[in-house]
Amino acid sequence: MNNQDIIRVTDLTKVFNGFTAVDHVSFSVSTGEIFAFLGPNGAGKSTTINMLTTLLRPTSGNIILNGYDPVTSPHMVRQSFGIVFQDPSLDEDLTAGENMDYHGVLYGIPRDIRTRRTEELLKIVELWDRRKDQVKKFSGGMKRRLEIARGLLHHPRILFLDEPTLGLDPQTRSLIWNYIKGLNQSEQTTIFLTTHYMEEAERVARRIAIIDHGRLIVQGTLDELKNQTGTNSLEGAFIALTGRDIRDEEPNNLEQMRTRRKMFGRHRR
Amino acid sequence: MKVIYILWLRQLKRYFRSKARIIGSLGQPLLFFVALGFGFGPIYTKAGGGDYIQFLAPGIITMSILFTATFSGIEVLWDRRFGFLKETLVAPVSRLKIMLGRTLGGATVAVIQGLIVLLLSIIVGFRPTSISMMPLALLYMVLIAVTFTALGTAIASFIEDMQGFQIIINFLIMPLFFLSGALFPLESLPKAVVIISMINPLAYGVDGLRGTLINMAHFGLVTDFCVLGSIAAFVMLAGAYLFSKIEV
Repeated sequence: MNNQDIIRVTDLTKVFNGFTAVDHVSFSVSTGEIFAFLGPNGAGKSTTINMLTTLLRPTSGNIILNGYDPVTSPHMVRQSFGIVFQDPSLDEDLTAGENMDYHGVLYGIPRDIRTRRTEELLKIVELWDRRKDQVKKFSGGMKRRLEIARGLLHHPRILFLDEPTLGLDPQTRSLIWNYIKGLNQSEQTTIFLTTHYMEEAERVARRIAIIDHGRLIVQGTLDELKNQTGTNSLEGAFIALTGRDIRDEEPNNLEQMRTRRKMFGRHRR
Repeated sequence: MKVIYILWLRQLKRYFRSKARIIGSLGQPLLFFVALGFGFGPIYTKAGGGDYIQFLAPGIITMSILFTATFSGIEVLWDRRFGFLKETLVAPVSRLKIMLGRTLGGATVAVIQGLIVLLLSIIVGFRPTSISMMPLALLYMVLIAVTFTALGTAIASFIEDMQGFQIIINFLIMPLFFLSGALFPLESLPKAVVIISMINPLAYGVDGLRGTLINMAHFGLVTDFCVLGSIAAFVMLAGAYLFSKIEV
């Protein structure tokens, strides 16, 4: 750990009514790197991201993001990052252009930059011709593309990408990755990525951490992971570290809360 | 300011894009006019109360504002379900601004709805006594709208499912409405009911609207304004606090 760390997480823990979703996790991400945060479904990836992005309060442990603590200075932390969520988060009654505009205003991007970047990004994700259509008329893949374009609209210090390319075709994925890598190089944007595509993580990430059952199993460069497990690919290392069991689909936090409320009765966080 | 504006604009766009919502929400006031207005009208007149439609119209206008405003609060729940709430909550914008933008947007929609019902009531025979009081009537409509949009948002901030919201609506909004004097005069009611209506914020809204539209106020316009204004401010603050506690 040093001053170059833009994200520093120490002993981070989140307990939902007796269930430990994230268990004493510690890791750090250095400024300007592409960091892959991997793990099977339900391992605690999204819960960790929600805590990093001020959406959830940690039960215990400490987070420092761009020099600020999400619990005590959420506003400063929110100014530091952008995020592409795993679950849909668009307003379907608004048009694609309006969704972009709304985002741009919330992040205080001046109108001229907003207009220029919106055009550039919507062209990359091939939605420029559909910018005046309501999002509810879009297919799943189009919504996903719009979501990514929106996440890239303001150029943050840290960009969280929670399974950003799920369900996209290879052409679009490649275009999007080129843009993100460009952003990473030209603006030193730190990328915090989760994905199930091992080859994607292998190709873009400088460092990788693997989490399972809420615990961080390993963090290091690709070579370190391969050496440690005696495998020759990230996929091999991943399976060697997390086993071959198939996990249930990861419910989002709200669903987790609902399930637990049903099981344990209503209890306010 | 820009942030509050775009949040406000979003509520309005959503409202005007949903034609079904506009038309559907006129059904209930119309039903009340026909069923109560024409149904109880003759009895009310026989009892010496005068023209019941005159008395009823401000109550029905209040009702439509009450319902539209409170249901604007439910939009927080929709946003939560469709994930859009997260997008707003991770943005570097204070919760107070988000709450303000949403509330003003919801309240504007409710006031528009109230004005449409006012027009509707004029079509079925309502005649406001004085046009010069219209701006004041609008002020009371705004106060009712702001109070109940903020209340809806506040409630939706700590309830996560639609069913829970429905229950609150049924056990809070319906009693508020029926004990507000919207449908019948408060003067001749049993003492207990009068006391309950005196702590009912909506009663002051109905009264203010009746005072401005047909010059017939029970509590008095100044009292109405002071009580409703302070309640609106209080609910806004409480709503902003509860909204700031939201986790996704």
